[in-house]
Amino acid sequence: MVRTYFLLAWTWTRAAAAYPVSFWLMTVLSLAVAATDLAVILVVFANTTSLAGFSREEVLFLYGAASLPFTLCDLFVSNLDRVSRHIKDGTLDTFLIRPAGAWLQLATDRFTPTRAGRVVQAAVVLVWAVAALDLDPGRLWMLPVMTATGLVIFTSLWTLAGAAQFALTDAPEVVNAFTYGGHQLTQYPLAIYGRDLVRGVTYVLPLAFVNWQPGLYVLGRADPFGTPEFMRFLGPVAAPALALLAALAWRQGVRHYRSTGS
Amino acid sequence: MIELDRAGRTFKVRRNVVHAVRDLSFTVSAGEFVGCLGPNGAGKSTTIKMLCGILTPTSGRVRVAGLDPSRRRTALARRIGVVFGQRTTLWWDLPLADSFELIRLLHKIERAAFRARLAELTDTLDLGAFLRTPVRQLSLGQRMRGDLAAALLHAPEVLVLDEPTIGLDVVSKAGIREFLLRVNAEQGTTVLLTTHDLGDVERLCRRVVLIDHGRLAFDGTLADLMATAPAHEDIEDVVTRLYKGEAVLADGGPAGADQ
Amino acid sequence: MWAALAGAFTNSVFGILRAYILIALWQARPGLAGYDLTDAVTYCFVTQALIAPMQLFGGGLGLPERIRSGDIALDLVRPAPLQLWTLAEDTGRAAYLFLVRGLPPMVVGAAVFGITLPAGAGQGAAFLAGLVLAVVVSFGWRYLVALSVCWLVDDRGVAVLSLVLSTFFSGLMLPLRIFPGALGDLAAALPWAAMVQVPTDLYLGAAPVLPSLAFQAFWAVVLLGLGALATRAIRHKVMIQGG
Repeated sequence: MVRTYFLLAWTWTRAAAAYPVSFWLMTVLSLAVAATDLAVILVVFANTTSLAGFSREEVLFLYGAASLPFTLCDLFVSNLDRVSRHIKDGTLDTFLIRPAGAWLQLATDRFTPTRAGRVVQAAVVLVWAVAALDLDPGRLWMLPVMTATGLVIFTSLWTLAGAAQFALTDAPEVVNAFTYGGHQLTQYPLAIYGRDLVRGVTYVLPLAFVNWQPGLYVLGRADPFGTPEFMRFLGPVAAPALALLAALAWRQGVRHYRSTGS
Repeated sequence: MIELDRAGRTFKVRRNVVHAVRDLSFTVSAGEFVGCLGPNGAGKSTTIKMLCGILTPTSGRVRVAGLDPSRRRTALARRIGVVFGQRTTLWWDLPLADSFELIRLLHKIERAAFRARLAELTDTLDLGAFLRTPVRQLSLGQRMRGDLAAALLHAPEVLVLDEPTIGLDVVSKAGIREFLLRVNAEQGTTVLLTTHDLGDVERLCRRVVLIDHGRLAFDGTLADLMATAPAHEDIEDVVTRLYKGEAVLADGGPAGADQ
Repeated sequence: MWAALAGAFTNSVFGILRAYILIALWQARPGLAGYDLTDAVTYCFVTQALIAPMQLFGGGLGLPERIRSGDIALDLVRPAPLQLWTLAEDTGRAAYLFLVRGLPPMVVGAAVFGITLPAGAGQGAAFLAGLVLAVVVSFGWRYLVALSVCWLVDDRGVAVLSLVLSTFFSGLMLPLRIFPGALGDLAAALPWAAMVQVPTDLYLGAAPVLPSLAFQAFWAVVLLGLGALATRAIRHKVMIQGG
């Protein structure tokens, strides 16, 4: 499956590379779009030294830790949210007559490596923040774990977004609130949000396990909302649970697909 | 090779339940060439989509190449070829050759076998001149030939075509028909096609299945179909009367309904 | 209808998430930039309401498609001038979008956090005037972006560039007033400020009315003027090259 994915992605890359000027221009500009989120954090900290008790370096750490898995998903699976577009154009049928999973084909459809710059940017910010923070080296093992957790959570979110679009053909934009909204939310310490919202993204939609709970462990900080210490390590439990839910929803979506048109 | 047993598909439109297809039963044996006729909205496309696993039937049983299409969709995709006349199954922005390469990867076709097959198809379908052209720049006739090649690259046992000759000029149509006959005769590929073009039926199909209001209205050879009408009528008259629901068949009921 | 509701929902969710950032910042720095906490929250939801009518994420004009398909030639021979015609269309759409996609986030903001209304009829009228001028400035900019397709092989680049400029330098992501130093001065002088920051300040009564409107009018005139020149150029190009 991974092999098929990369073979498909490579074909799209070759097609894009046929126009090198566009390719590099889009790479740079896509980086600029991602950089505006970073710029917002920097402007905020040009006005204050601490946001809800978190320093600039700590916020940048959380930003990097959320953005690394998010941008990887943006690169590799974000085209899943074009399901409603494909349904409207009648192009979904063609994915269903090929001998590969519809999920895999939709995820890789129009793959564009121009988004890779964002991944690099996120990684650079994360590494810089880790270096600047003087963290306990014994806790850094959590970094790859939380990145993997984040990948599974954001991939599941996009899968749910795609699955929801089988029903929401006329209102595809709703899902952005959860995918891009999920990234917007996790860029900042959850300490800035209301208690109910944080409960929701901890126990219902487990966004807190992308970077907040494990991040608190890496930063060596207590949760301002007072959740117990063992919660820091529950990401690898919450993420697969969400993935299972997403997989079931996706199956339901495909099975209930009503091909329209002739 | 293809089996439908009381297959049905309903759609909910607002609060009403619409039966696009109901209690549809017929079988197609290996090597047959069957034409599926029916007025617009009769349920032909719904049937085709149930056969390739795009739509899940809401009742009854469907088997293609021994598989349940909606449950074994990807396994089935390796064994059937599908062409939609109205829209391409190729990648719009990629050159035809790249589309074929993607299909090779998806079907995991051996490189040597793929080359031989592509050379053969390029030759019979005369694709050589536009292999490097992006699909969106192809003429309808060229695109349809590309689509046919794409559907046959993996040497499927069954070929299902939804209006393959729609919008084509006479020359392109003749070329496609000749090609389909060859595929059926030389490789024994089972072919099921829907069409509104009675020329297709006359030239290609030994057997005709007529669907109306989602039900089977006729199933038999072209000769049987013609036998239901006075001798002076041609196929167009016969089909027109059938579409209008006026035809009274020899045995007093829709032929093949109990098959 | 559903699409508009979906958009309003998404705008509201982002409004709530952004509001928390501003609340945290204003709790750390009460009275920053002359706004109190309620002003900051109100700022967030008013700007969120402006996304759709100002088309801050780009597009909305449908001109690039018409240029690529060659249909623009038909538009150019219509009795109504292309620019004026498109402006009229865009203003109507903006009014509709402000109602269906702009008001819901403000209602949500009022329900979740509490936001202020313009203090008095004068301030409300100033906001409406600023809103209209902002739509014209936004149109002027997007019209230029749309026509640039004529001279570019790949217009996606300009579209993305425009997206960055009109989300970051308009004051949508953060009030321009808290941008540090020279960056703040620059951002406040650019046309994108006239699309979001200025009308929102008029809503809050946080800026003098006449200079604000004059600033918007200046950019409206400049951008419309450039648009008129671009229209002439494109007419010339279409006549000579046949599209």
